[in-house]
Amino acid sequence: MKNKQIIWKHKHLIGLRELSREEIEHILDTAQGFEEISTRSVKKAPTLRGKVVVNLFFEDSTRTRNSFSLAANRLSADVIEFTQKSSSVSKGETLLDTARNLEAMGIDIVVIRHSAGGAPKFLSRNINASVVNAGDGYCEHPTQGLLDVYTIRKMRGSLEGLKIAIVGDIAHSRVARSDIYAMTKLGAEVILVGPPTLMPAKVEQLPVKVSYSLDDVIGELDVINMLRIQFERMGANPFPSIKEYSHYFGLTVERMKKAKKDILVMHPGPINRGLEMESEVADGPNSVILQQVTNGLAVRMAVLFLVNQGAMMKQ
Amino acid sequence: MAKNILIKNGRVIDPANKVDRKCDLLILDGKIAEVGKIEPKADLIIDAAGKLVLPGLIDIHVHFREPGDEEEETISSGSAAAVAGGFTSVVCMPNTDPAIDDATSVEYVHRMGRQTRKTHVYVMGAITKDRAGEQLSEMGFMVQAGAVGFTDDGSGVQNPAMMLKALKYASMFKNAVLAQHCQDNSLAGSGVMNSSYNSTVLGLPGIDPLAEEMMLWRDIQLVRKTNMRYHVQHISTARSVELIRQAKKEGLPITCEAAPHHLLLTDDSCCDYDTNYKVNPPLRTDADIKAIKQAIKDGIIDALASDHAPHLKSEKELEFLAAPFGIASLECALGLYIKALIEPKIIDWPQLVSIMAERPAKIISVDKGTLGKGKQADITIIDPDCEYRVDVNKFRSKSKNCPYDGWKLKGKVEYTIVGGEIRYSAQERASAD
Amino acid sequence: MEVLLSSDKIADCITALAGEIVSKTTRADKIAVIGIRSRGEILAKRLGDILSKKLKTEVPCGTLDITLYRDDINNPQGDSQPVVRSTEIGFDIDEKIIILVDDVLYTGRSIRAAMDALIDLGRPKAIRLAVLVDRTGKELPIAADFAGLKVDLPADKSVQVNFVESDGKDRVIVT
Repeated sequence: MKNKQIIWKHKHLIGLRELSREEIEHILDTAQGFEEISTRSVKKAPTLRGKVVVNLFFEDSTRTRNSFSLAANRLSADVIEFTQKSSSVSKGETLLDTARNLEAMGIDIVVIRHSAGGAPKFLSRNINASVVNAGDGYCEHPTQGLLDVYTIRKMRGSLEGLKIAIVGDIAHSRVARSDIYAMTKLGAEVILVGPPTLMPAKVEQLPVKVSYSLDDVIGELDVINMLRIQFERMGANPFPSIKEYSHYFGLTVERMKKAKKDILVMHPGPINRGLEMESEVADGPNSVILQQVTNGLAVRMAVLFLVNQGAMMKQ
Repeated sequence: MAKNILIKNGRVIDPANKVDRKCDLLILDGKIAEVGKIEPKADLIIDAAGKLVLPGLIDIHVHFREPGDEEEETISSGSAAAVAGGFTSVVCMPNTDPAIDDATSVEYVHRMGRQTRKTHVYVMGAITKDRAGEQLSEMGFMVQAGAVGFTDDGSGVQNPAMMLKALKYASMFKNAVLAQHCQDNSLAGSGVMNSSYNSTVLGLPGIDPLAEEMMLWRDIQLVRKTNMRYHVQHISTARSVELIRQAKKEGLPITCEAAPHHLLLTDDSCCDYDTNYKVNPPLRTDADIKAIKQAIKDGIIDALASDHAPHLKSEKELEFLAAPFGIASLECALGLYIKALIEPKIIDWPQLVSIMAERPAKIISVDKGTLGKGKQADITIIDPDCEYRVDVNKFRSKSKNCPYDGWKLKGKVEYTIVGGEIRYSAQERASAD
Repeated sequence: MEVLLSSDKIADCITALAGEIVSKTTRADKIAVIGIRSRGEILAKRLGDILSKKLKTEVPCGTLDITLYRDDINNPQGDSQPVVRSTEIGFDIDEKIIILVDDVLYTGRSIRAAMDALIDLGRPKAIRLAVLVDRTGKELPIAADFAGLKVDLPADKSVQVNFVESDGKDRVIVT
């Protein structure tokens, strides 16, 4: 069996900003190979048998954590769940100490979600295990970005030339950033939509268009990704009320009438029904939200597999 | 104790007295006895050929963490760091634990400084009690105890009415200066670095430059009304520089300082999340650096001040978001200023000496910063061309949070003389290390 | 370089294999052919076509990717990387007599991985191994039920199977 020349050399997956188009496509191709496992009766492969994966989650997140757990389990790895509400800011153990303690127990991969941008990078410099970023501050959420483009690629064949809108609190969204990097690298045109108060600093330096009006752009979109409005993250009142926000930026049945018939509707979840989108849209024929979740599993299996390969290479 | 010392053949630079020439300097009984051609007869003769003989350098913005955080730094270790860096006088900031907001704590710091017998230690007391921004502290008693000025540094005074009150009240103390760490907290938010493309891409909350400029603009209006002497600490943005330029043109009694990191580093340095670059006010952009350097050239900046902010390794070994702000650079500050200003020929030596000695002394109203006859002999002798490598492990400071580790700098301190006593010499250091 | 099988000889072998499979399998109606990626896949297709003609019925044919089951997955050899591709078996393998097809049987490890993969997919009635070349050098107790060519080779020689579909021509060589 002939093996392809090496494309994946990385021991960690910290973000998509540093990856090339080729590398991202390699992850997607690999994920395709893993999709099939979930359709069998024995939904397992022995690929990571004997390896220990730690879910180091400093922020609440059942769905991402479960997705990674399941992915690791499907590859026969042992999974340790380590959730901690506190971070180094409160008087607990520092991130570094926590990681070093875990490493002393003998672990291979750390999947980390943390409220501080840069925490996974910090970790990768201080421990020997592989680090997979499950979301760091406002920085990146690479597996979400990957499963988003995987979903689009599966439905449309390629992202080249597609017009994709990301709608919502871009300033505080790591999903938006990972999406921007992945989508633009794969040839799509990205439009950020939201109120000016929720756009990040110097957004004009990113390879995107910006619009403050969803109605203006909805007609030209091939894909629309609605971000979750995260009250916990936004700080003081960037918009006057939920009602006003939904009125201008919510994906309603009315607005969908102005969209292309085959527009793909996406959402990283969980959905604030009635806020980012109406239930009928979330459950409607254009929605690929559930596929995103399914694809997330295959993508995360691929990521765990690849960083493990990358770590082997470094030895 | 005080012997007489003759410093021979050095280039004596004393802008206050318009001196810049090769000559000798004689110290008698702790005072400067003579400057000129002097007979080579003394207890100790220092050959300063090829060296610069300067009025003792003054750093008007340092944090010595005592009382409260003595693991990070003490007045003793900080003073040792100061003289190693060529500084004969420093001004301590009041954001200790508890804050220096009354006469007793001012006296405490002075006493510890005297006991250490290294650098002169001066104090700025807090403007408000506990630096909480709500009630005026006993500025009068603190002035009596010797405080040279007031600041809530670490933070700025948020409430305009409180700042107005502070300026009015302080104006009755002739020599006190009110200094401000300009930062409007509502605009700064939870920021940990400059608000910029870098903060967006690094996923960190940013500090809008407006946070500094807004408070500065506000204070300028208050100074206009009260005519109280006001000093802007660590300015970091081009617009702040502009505001000060205008205010000075208007004749307002405003002075300002700049820190080495705002002359040499931009927020690009944060890209690796290295917490040694986390500082407040944060590192900004090339345009801001350029504006500050130009302002130094134009004489708008009155002083260079390190904002020496020591922290333990364990404190800085955290995620960027959580680590404390601060750079400890007292011992290499001079070399950094030389790199930023002398080497690129932005200013000459007399100008540098002016903003490192003469003008800082005026800001805090102390009779220092000059080499006049009869003045206390605070003298710094440096070898301007000697290159050295910054090694944080050799720092006298307890803390090593310094992004300049490994940098090659010019301008080695040969002697630091305080009150006629050699409190630091490069030879003694070489044998000790 | 020695040519073990020319293009004609390969065709003969495959035909002979098909004949043997049919004669030795009592329940020929349960036969399904699964090839191991990537050359086994090509061989399986050819075999499947011939079997379908012989049995006058469509014999189900599928492809198995064993990357995830390889025992050297965590010990990369040299500077190539295993590439995960998908297994495509469009039928239920339960109760089927699976003819597992690969181009060369050497150490037996690929077959071991393939069997583990198949067991995770379902419960076949039987698994029979059919290879084009059965060479010496087994490291596991695995034997071919049907072999086109049996050959004795020292460890320093390797067998290479080329197919038109993958390499431009049909031949089996020893290097």
